[in-house]
Amino acid sequence: MKLGELKNNERELYFFQLRIGFAGFAVLAAFALLFARFFQLQVVQHDTYASKAEENRISIVPIAPNRGLILDRNGVVLARNYSAYTLEIFPAKVHDLDRTILELGEVVEVQAKDRNRFRKLFAETRNAESLPIRTRLSDEEVARFAANRYRFPGVEIKARLFRQYPHGELASHVIGYIGRINPKDQENLGELGVEANYRGTDYIGKAGLEASYQQELHGTTGFEQVEIDAAGRGIRTLARTPAQAGNNVTLTLDIKLQEVAETAFGERRGALVAIEPSTGGVLAFVSKPGFDPNLFVDGIDPASWEGLNNSPDRPLTNRAIAGIYPPGSTFKPYMAMAALELGKRTPKSAIHDPGYFEFGGRRFRDSKKGGHGYVDLYSSIVKSSDTFYYQLANDMGIDAIAGFMGKFGFGARSGIDLEGEASGVLPSPEWKQKRFRRPEQQKWYAGETVSIGIGQGYNAYTPIQLAVALAALAANGDMYRPRLVSYIDNLRSGERRHIEPALVNRIPLKAENLEFVKRAMAGVNREGTGARSFASAQYTSGGKTGTAQVIGMKQGEKYDERKVAERHRDHSLFIVFAPVESPKIALAVIVENSGFGARAAAPLARTVLDYFLLGKLPEGETAAQGKAGGVPQEPDDEEESD
Amino acid sequence: MELAQLSPRRILQRLAEGIDGPLLALSLALAALGLATLFSASYDQPARVAAQFANLCVALAAMWLAARIPPQTLMRFAVPAYILGVALLVAVALAGDVVHGARRWLHVGVTRFQPSEMMKLALPLMLAWYFYKNEATLGMRDFAVAALLLAVPVLLIARQPDLGTAVLVAAAGFYVIFFAGIGWKVLAALGVLGLASLAPLWGMLHDYQRRRILTLIDPTQDPLGAGYHTIQSTIAVGSGGITGKGWLNGTQTHLEFIPERHTDFIFAVFSEEFGLIGNLVLLALYALLIARGLMIAANAATFFARLLAATITLMFFTYAFVNMGMVAGILPVVGVPLPFISYGGTSMLTLFLGIGILMSVHSHRRLVQT
Repeated sequence: MKLGELKNNERELYFFQLRIGFAGFAVLAAFALLFARFFQLQVVQHDTYASKAEENRISIVPIAPNRGLILDRNGVVLARNYSAYTLEIFPAKVHDLDRTILELGEVVEVQAKDRNRFRKLFAETRNAESLPIRTRLSDEEVARFAANRYRFPGVEIKARLFRQYPHGELASHVIGYIGRINPKDQENLGELGVEANYRGTDYIGKAGLEASYQQELHGTTGFEQVEIDAAGRGIRTLARTPAQAGNNVTLTLDIKLQEVAETAFGERRGALVAIEPSTGGVLAFVSKPGFDPNLFVDGIDPASWEGLNNSPDRPLTNRAIAGIYPPGSTFKPYMAMAALELGKRTPKSAIHDPGYFEFGGRRFRDSKKGGHGYVDLYSSIVKSSDTFYYQLANDMGIDAIAGFMGKFGFGARSGIDLEGEASGVLPSPEWKQKRFRRPEQQKWYAGETVSIGIGQGYNAYTPIQLAVALAALAANGDMYRPRLVSYIDNLRSGERRHIEPALVNRIPLKAENLEFVKRAMAGVNREGTGARSFASAQYTSGGKTGTAQVIGMKQGEKYDERKVAERHRDHSLFIVFAPVESPKIALAVIVENSGFGARAAAPLARTVLDYFLLGKLPEGETAAQGKAGGVPQEPDDEEESD
Repeated sequence: MELAQLSPRRILQRLAEGIDGPLLALSLALAALGLATLFSASYDQPARVAAQFANLCVALAAMWLAARIPPQTLMRFAVPAYILGVALLVAVALAGDVVHGARRWLHVGVTRFQPSEMMKLALPLMLAWYFYKNEATLGMRDFAVAALLLAVPVLLIARQPDLGTAVLVAAAGFYVIFFAGIGWKVLAALGVLGLASLAPLWGMLHDYQRRRILTLIDPTQDPLGAGYHTIQSTIAVGSGGITGKGWLNGTQTHLEFIPERHTDFIFAVFSEEFGLIGNLVLLALYALLIARGLMIAANAATFFARLLAATITLMFFTYAFVNMGMVAGILPVVGVPLPFISYGGTSMLTLFLGIGILMSVHSHRRLVQT
């Protein structure tokens, strides 16, 4: 029995050892499988995983460049940058935005306007990494948030450069403003092929020079290769290509002159453009009312936006380039020039002005009841006779007028370095054909030519066009493209790029005709409709007053300022260049709903010229405010066309 | 007078009594690699290396003690340990702490304790004892009883739910049954039955368990959720290449892309820094350790010692295989530490206790002859 048991034991041990062997084999097979997997990962697919590890590890972080400065012609800073702390939310990392914002309010002040702005930004910029809930934190607020930071995952304090416009509303339509890049901007950048350079850039020029010189001001984005951990936190910088700041843009504009002009406007609406005739450089560029561009910098809050956007004064419209007005009597010098050039009149041509011009059974009234009596070409400008120009226009015909005026740039975009310029309307049969649908509307009627002669009818031009035409006249026919920028500085290379004056047209004009028209315009300021405004001026100047109708008057109806709603009153216009012998400045100004040109626009122009030519600052505000001066007497000798 | 004879050399000899040189050398080599890897993984918590070293010292002491306990004595613990283990598992089911949605922990004074860990040793001990007791008349009935003994704790653990541990405990039990000599035909039949029960089993799984298995098939489905571990660990392994990025230079490790890099995923750290060559060395060390263990089992004196030694050895294998397979992305993510390498006092203690038992089996191979 014992032997059998022993044998049995041996047999059992044998079977057991067999199973041990089997287990050993299974272990080897399993390890071989593991080894095969390691080989696959570490040898065959090594490159793939190595690059995945690199991608994991290295993040390319763009460094946004500092935006270039905008300076006036004397180096006064108009747009600059300053550094400030903002509190930013990473929407992707925050579960409950509302709660987070509510709780943030316990730590730093979050006003309704901040919340609304955040909502607006959040709706507009879907892909943004982080959005500001508060800007310009005080040091105390920064410290308070830092202490509570653990409560707010996905909320961070960032030091950012902000745009600042130290002069506020002053020249706001020139400078414009920047705002967050929205999907449409993104699309434009894509079309320009500069998307890559805008990685890391949140803001872009939206209006004014900030928009038109965006590419110059922006600079070149730098990049930093940062080693990051799984949470996306930067550990250390591996390589760095610094950003290159944008170029500084220096203007032809003189901010002091601008200030004098804007102050002269006071609360009145309108536009003023002053140009250096020999270069096309813009010296002053006013569109009133303006706005504070600083409001837009960190995202305008909806309430302020509504206020600006819905105001009947339309402060966001750049009147100087997008406002179109009939030129009124400021059109007459060009009509006279056309008559002389085309041989339709001579300096000796004269008419008897009965106070109206009859055409096709219709009476075109002169603004002076009873007329000016004997009127020659010179006095037609100085006294601003309507009858003279009704007749002249009728004699010339619309095609001749349109052909001549086109050379002065009327009805065409001036090409100034700003976006959003309107072209206005230079009336002609062709224009009417295109403009209207119905055949009876498309036809040009001879009667329509008559009021074209006094700058009314379909005439509609922008203030910049009025200034450019005058500058061309002052420069004896040399028309330069108007521009606001004088030169651009590249700070890194030290290179300065001058924007050369661009002669767009050399209008062939006879010297004696030029001399005649300029003399007549000088007469306006010496003895005519502009005489009171330019009394005892220490320089010579040539001007022309104008009044532009806002609403049409029925035949025989007398315009009575007191009966017309403020916004329906006539616009007051004035164009002037000085000095007459060698013009340094050509200026066009329009003051909306302020009546006769001599009353509001001409004194305003005088103030600007006094400062520009003599360095004289206006005494108080009275010099500029036509209304304050009042109209003590019957203004008949200053009255103009309708 | 005996004291006088105790020269330092003699003391050393007495101390080394029952200690198996190869086993000690292999496990210490693995533990040393583990400490080096842990040093790299714990750049932000250097205290962990010292703590792990302390764990190692305690574990070595436990090994030394276990090596001196004859298997015969060990056998006496089998039944009480099993009963206590099952009782504790029941207690967990009734009054355990819930952590991460699973009821696994039991409060013992100030610390918490996972009774399922204890079952990893208690179950094979119990089964080995049972088969030993019935050695002479081993039949189908005994295997059925063994299966029942296995099923009770495994189901309790699976219910917690802790599928990983349940599978490991079941594997330990299965190894005992396998080495006890269950017929190949029965085994094959069980295999078929097992495959057939996969479908109903799938229905019993919890959502997160299913997700783990699905994620294994395609980790990219949930790159920031369940697939994150696997994606990042395979990147770590793959980017290590043949020679590795060098000790302390693993970018995946040092930039915190590897979760659980001290514990269950420490192999990703090792593999990233030491590459395929390092992996080969590690596989070789494990293979030698397992070979030594199987050899000891083959030469063990009693049926009980044989079963116990073989099972413990295969458990080393199972842990290593499951862990490395999970890190390399061919096995689902289950909470299994890499033997001798992962940080953790409990697993270190259990492993060296196992080594100690193997040593004891080895040194008592000729002593028990009735």
